Amino acid sequence: MPSAPAGTLYRGREGMWSWVAHRVTGVAIFFFLLVHVLDTSLVRVSPEAYNAVIGTYKNPIMGLGEAGLVAAVVFHAFNGIRLVLVDFWSRGTKYHRVMLWVVMGLFVVTMAGFLPRHLMNVFGG
Amino acid sequence: MSTQARAEARSPIEEPGASYQRKRTTRGNFELYSWVFMRASGVVLVLLIFGHLFVNLVAGEGIKAVDFGFVAGKWASPFWQIWDLLMLWLAMIHGTNGVRTIINDYAERDGTRLVLKLALYTAFVVVVVLGTLVIFTFDPCPPNSPANLLPSFCTA
Repeated sequence: MPSAPAGTLYRGREGMWSWVAHRVTGVAIFFFLLVHVLDTSLVRVSPEAYNAVIGTYKNPIMGLGEAGLVAAVVFHAFNGIRLVLVDFWSRGTKYHRVMLWVVMGLFVVTMAGFLPRHLMNVFGG
Repeated sequence: MSTQARAEARSPIEEPGASYQRKRTTRGNFELYSWVFMRASGVVLVLLIFGHLFVNLVAGEGIKAVDFGFVAGKWASPFWQIWDLLMLWLAMIHGTNGVRTIINDYAERDGTRLVLKLALYTAFVVVVVLGTLVIFTFDPCPPNSPANLLPSFCTA
């Protein structure tokens, strides 16, 4: 019996792409979380060890990485709330597309608040 | 076949008005609880993580201010210990459950799923145990460390 390819059967448009983005950002955040607990654990080794590793988070390339990480977290958070509304709000499925545009709007506003401040901290002297 | 014989072939005949009994071959409600947990923990995590990001990356000098003294200053207070402990546990269970779902979706062979999940659950246990121990066995003023690396209350 031929087997259908796993995980590729979907219908496109907003519903599918928000689902894809939710998975991709979720996996990215999870792997960062594993690393983040390990690096923070160095506070238990010595102040010098922790400061050496956290120092690498302050260089410009890591600073851009943090901006990307925060972007992933912000999207995953707002889209996650949208997902809860789709599941539990009686009109959720009717307005799921509108809610995705609300998510994108909130994303832009949040990042507009975060990015200038963060990039000044990373790149400003 | 007579009507009566056909009726007897369908057995057992339920009492009229008897309540519907689901077959007991189900493996329990684990996936239901997992689905509920993702939504409940997700809402809490939005608050915990947005707070974490604001205090560590936006307030004050942001990432520039983060060093041993900064972390020690936070974890000297039970408030941030509990905050970070909740964040650690909820985020790790939420993330591990999410990756478990993705493994179930894409890994088609039984052996592949087994290996990936063993790696996932090993990482979960190591990270959660390590993180929890660090939060509760942490000494903000370790002896024999240079005072300029420590939070100001260590020398007071």
